[in-house]
Amino acid sequence: MTDLLTPVLSEHWGEQGSWKLSRYEATGGYRAARKAMAMDPADIIATVKDAGLRGRGGAGFPTGMKWSFVPQDNPNPKYLVVNADESEPGTCKDMPLLLANPHSLVEGIIIACRAINSHQAFIYCRGEVLHVIRRLQQAVREAYAAGYLGRNVFGSGYDVDLIVHAGAGAYICGEETALLDSLEGRRGQPRLRPPFPAVAGLYASPTVVNNVESIASVPSIIEHGKDWFQSMGTEKSKGYTIYSLSGHVANPGQFEAPMGITMRQLLELAGGIRAGHELKFFTPGGSSTPILTPEHLDVPLDYEGMASVGTMLGTKALQCFDDTTSVVRTTLRFVEFYKHESCGKCTPCREGSWWLVQLLMRFEQGTAQEGDVDKLLDICEQIGGKSFCALADGAVACVTSAVRHFREEFEQGYHTPAWELFPYEKSALFAQEGAK
Amino acid sequence: MSVDAKTSAEVQPRPDLVNLTIDGVPVSVPKGTLIIRAAEMIGTNIPRFCDHPLLDPVGACRQCMVDIPDAGNGRGFPKPQASCTMPVAEGMVVNTQVTSEVAKKAQQGIMEFLLINHPLDCPICDKGGECPLQNQALSHGRGESRFGGLKRTFPKPVNVSAQILLDRERCVLCARCTRFSEQISGDPFIALVERGALQQVGIYEQDPYESYFSGNVVQICPVGALTSAAYRFQSRPFDLVSTTTTCEHCAAGCELRTDHRHHQVKRRLAGNNPAINEEWNCDKGRFGFVSAREDRLKYPLVRRDGVLKPASWPEAIDAAVEGLKKAGEAVGVQTGGRLTVENALGYSRFARAVLGTNNIDFRSRPSSDEEAQFLGAFVAGRAQLRYSDLDAAKRVVLVAFEPEDEMPIAFLRLRKLVRKQGLRVQTIAPFASVGSRKLSAELIAAAPGGEAAALESLTDLDGSAIILVGERAATLPGLLSTVARVADSTGARVAWMPRRAGDKGALDAGCLPGLLPGGRPVTDVAARVDVASAWGVDSLPAGPGLAADEQFAALAAGTLKAVVVAGVEPGDLADPAAALAGLEAADFVVSIEQRPSEVTERADVVFPAALVEEQSGHFRNWEGQDLTVGLVTTATQTPFTDLRILAALADALGKPLGMRTPAAAWTAFHELQDWDGGRPAAPAVAPAAAGEGLVLAGWRELLDASRGNDGEIALRATARRPVLRVSPATAERLGLDEVARVAANGRELVLPVVVTADMVDDVVWAPLNPGEDRLAVVPGRPVAVTAVTFEGGEDA
Repeated sequence: MTDLLTPVLSEHWGEQGSWKLSRYEATGGYRAARKAMAMDPADIIATVKDAGLRGRGGAGFPTGMKWSFVPQDNPNPKYLVVNADESEPGTCKDMPLLLANPHSLVEGIIIACRAINSHQAFIYCRGEVLHVIRRLQQAVREAYAAGYLGRNVFGSGYDVDLIVHAGAGAYICGEETALLDSLEGRRGQPRLRPPFPAVAGLYASPTVVNNVESIASVPSIIEHGKDWFQSMGTEKSKGYTIYSLSGHVANPGQFEAPMGITMRQLLELAGGIRAGHELKFFTPGGSSTPILTPEHLDVPLDYEGMASVGTMLGTKALQCFDDTTSVVRTTLRFVEFYKHESCGKCTPCREGSWWLVQLLMRFEQGTAQEGDVDKLLDICEQIGGKSFCALADGAVACVTSAVRHFREEFEQGYHTPAWELFPYEKSALFAQEGAK
Repeated sequence: MSVDAKTSAEVQPRPDLVNLTIDGVPVSVPKGTLIIRAAEMIGTNIPRFCDHPLLDPVGACRQCMVDIPDAGNGRGFPKPQASCTMPVAEGMVVNTQVTSEVAKKAQQGIMEFLLINHPLDCPICDKGGECPLQNQALSHGRGESRFGGLKRTFPKPVNVSAQILLDRERCVLCARCTRFSEQISGDPFIALVERGALQQVGIYEQDPYESYFSGNVVQICPVGALTSAAYRFQSRPFDLVSTTTTCEHCAAGCELRTDHRHHQVKRRLAGNNPAINEEWNCDKGRFGFVSAREDRLKYPLVRRDGVLKPASWPEAIDAAVEGLKKAGEAVGVQTGGRLTVENALGYSRFARAVLGTNNIDFRSRPSSDEEAQFLGAFVAGRAQLRYSDLDAAKRVVLVAFEPEDEMPIAFLRLRKLVRKQGLRVQTIAPFASVGSRKLSAELIAAAPGGEAAALESLTDLDGSAIILVGERAATLPGLLSTVARVADSTGARVAWMPRRAGDKGALDAGCLPGLLPGGRPVTDVAARVDVASAWGVDSLPAGPGLAADEQFAALAAGTLKAVVVAGVEPGDLADPAAALAGLEAADFVVSIEQRPSEVTERADVVFPAALVEEQSGHFRNWEGQDLTVGLVTTATQTPFTDLRILAALADALGKPLGMRTPAAAWTAFHELQDWDGGRPAAPAVAPAAAGEGLVLAGWRELLDASRGNDGEIALRATARRPVLRVSPATAERLGLDEVARVAANGRELVLPVVVTADMVDDVVWAPLNPGEDRLAVVPGRPVAVTAVTFEGGEDA
């Protein structure tokens, strides 16, 4: 089974000191950056474009194409901003990557800056993960000391400066325009588009915002070539990526595999659902992607495969829930998160999430009223697609998909509390004995 | 004719228009028009909260959802879109709530969301009855709410300033107020804080929302979240009677909507006049009114045995006539700056045709002969620049003029032009004031007295530049002469920016010694004949008249016997003590005033005059536009308009004034066209040599102790803290630290010191706000400054 895996970014995660520059270079690190410095920027963009690398943050926009949108005739400086604000429930790929292999991101940034003619890059890292921020800062310090960042990197005559910026703990700052506002020192709230960041982003200058994994994948493409990258994955979703499995699986963790691997294969790699239980539902890419059920176990986990079953690949965060789990309770927990993280700018998200939580609590308590399921769906319809940014779409996706697959369970909320149907202690993954 | 020009412009083909279809109706609008505004063209009002035509779009409330089956490229949007952020496109198809169930449902959904956390306390809310949320919930919402949960609540209200209160639970978070404060007035002291449903408008704890324009946020708030201390719980909108009128506080000419109830003005709102104030006004114009003040003069007073005693009108008129007859032609008239054009014309005619004197002056402030000459040559009875000329200018130079303090709406206009059109503003001033910084103005640093040289140093002025020269220029010898000369040699245009609402009207009505109505020089025989025939009198006095300060001096010297004084506050004059001495020395003083003042205290006869709300008429603003003063409510007491008082006096003096109503005066004013004959030459006064030692700089701040707003506690609490400003070098040289005493002509002022980095050396700036401790000295004159130390402290 393990031959399904294609460890590139995670190849040396298990090794002692894998985050250090010396270890990274010992395994071939910074060769790609040196190579890129000798390349024409247009060739770098073409290579990444031809390789078929698509944004790993969830939306799947072709990375090379995003780079090519940067107007080079704009007199303002160009900026590269790396979105490391990974905060979505279930999503856990960038943080382990940055813990174990921060230099892959630093190297990718150097190459990307060269490609878009930027001399200043930023890593906007989620503020709560202090240990990751320290690793990043350490990696950046090492890279500066080695001459890989700063003036005249690798002796190429090209300058690249990199700043690690810690966020203040808002999920919305993962939305790229809110991230830019936050990076500028303002309150993180999404901006009106157009103008798009590629034209007027950070400090009203052309800006590329990329996910950590997208940029960290770039060195391997430069080093091994587009054909190597294209040899992995499916027709339209190329390359390898990090899938993270969590929840009721025997062996949760990160699995780096080609695009298009199926949930069934991943579950086998993870040792299956915990003993004595069966999979009930799972999220394909974090809490904002509509949930799937065991009938979708063989759908390829790539952009097209997920779209074909009405969901999204998202961040490939496969949260697994077994048969002990109340879908009502899970949905409430998800929506509580979105209510807490709604920035408050637009009405449907701010007020709708406030309402949804109260309504879902009634389902959980078994005090919902006849017809509340339809009301729930109607409220979701009034929120979805009507809000300022995509946060609210994520907030309702988990609700509508849960109702779609488990409507009867919601209707049981008209009379029976969720904890009676699904005693909560049974779904606890870690035993609570002795906790008191 | 202008009407024809407008009509032909409308029928000319406009190839630059974008054609789209809204609800099946073809619409053509200029490129860049937002859908919500294009829909208004066909009379469709898409409900909205955050959208405001004068604020940048934000798309926050999502109320204005429309269905767009074709974005102009053949493809539609799968979901409804906010029409307040999307510009039109050629061939676009838009369906609003009128024709689209999708749009209608989306709008109803948003409305339902907005109401789930709204208290629905309309019956006790000041906004109830004029509330966009209430109105639109009825017109575009569902009848019933499906929400049965808990509403968000907050302790209420929060003071965001002394004047502005915030009831957070009513707020729909449309960000109109925060965008206004940031974009329009440039005072971003309120902002949205917290997140989600707990998001709220907030201030930094130590920094209240003190802005000269804060009242506008109350007016544009689409719910009852923002209220003013002045109007909160005062009335229900449906009990108010509204009158469109013009603000009496400055020469900007803002349109106002004045609301009254029970013969009392309850509040004033900014009117909508796109050519002047757009939809804004300043807090002084909004909150500063005296209609309900208890200390009104309600009946005439006559001095008997040294004491002012209530008198009947006939008694008071007899007393006044007796005194004035005794004085003969040795009489002066001072009108002040509060008069409508009609009243000003009444004083002008009363002085010249009834009393037979040219001793008349409207300038109840420091003034000069040079200024009178400048006004006669360029301003009186002449077309002036307009706000639209500012719109078209490339560059504006401010000379002795601080628009934020001295004409706030001109400031807002300039700020908009700076922000939207990149207008270049330069200010000739001793330092870059708060207002100048908000205009991104380039400071051309000049100590008072050095402005003329600074202006001449601008060698690249041309016809695309406008020089705005403030009335303070009168105190700086040679400055107005230089302005005229520089304008003449460079082609730059000049506008004179008076402070008071009545100034331009009084000037054009002939309330200067040397100028008859329409800018006619009193020295010109033809001009005198012109006016005399219009007024039906044999002749008009030809001799030179006395200016305001000359009148007081002449009263003190005994060469002038009597004076008729309208809205003059001695504290506003260059030398308040001299004015009071003149009044005390006068044989006879007639005061026509609204409330007790230092003049009424010294008067022999006092006539109560009507407030601006109690009469109709016109103010002529700095542009020379005649703006209607609406009769808000008739006086319930006996005060008459100034005009009617003068007519009664004239009748009793045996020389009828010929007009007694504003309508008659307005007709009489227009019978005299503007003078087309010879004008006085431009003044040619050489600038005075720079003063030695420390000189004073200063101007009156907007919110000061002026009579127009002296009782408004909340308004006054938002005024700027008076300070002395000196440069770092001057502070060091004089050893100034925290507090200093500035003294001149026997009066002194003790104020905190603010060391100001860009201040010119050897200049001390102080606010020239009226009041007992105002310095009796004009800018550019030497003052003495000493540090104040406090003895007896713990450190001592």
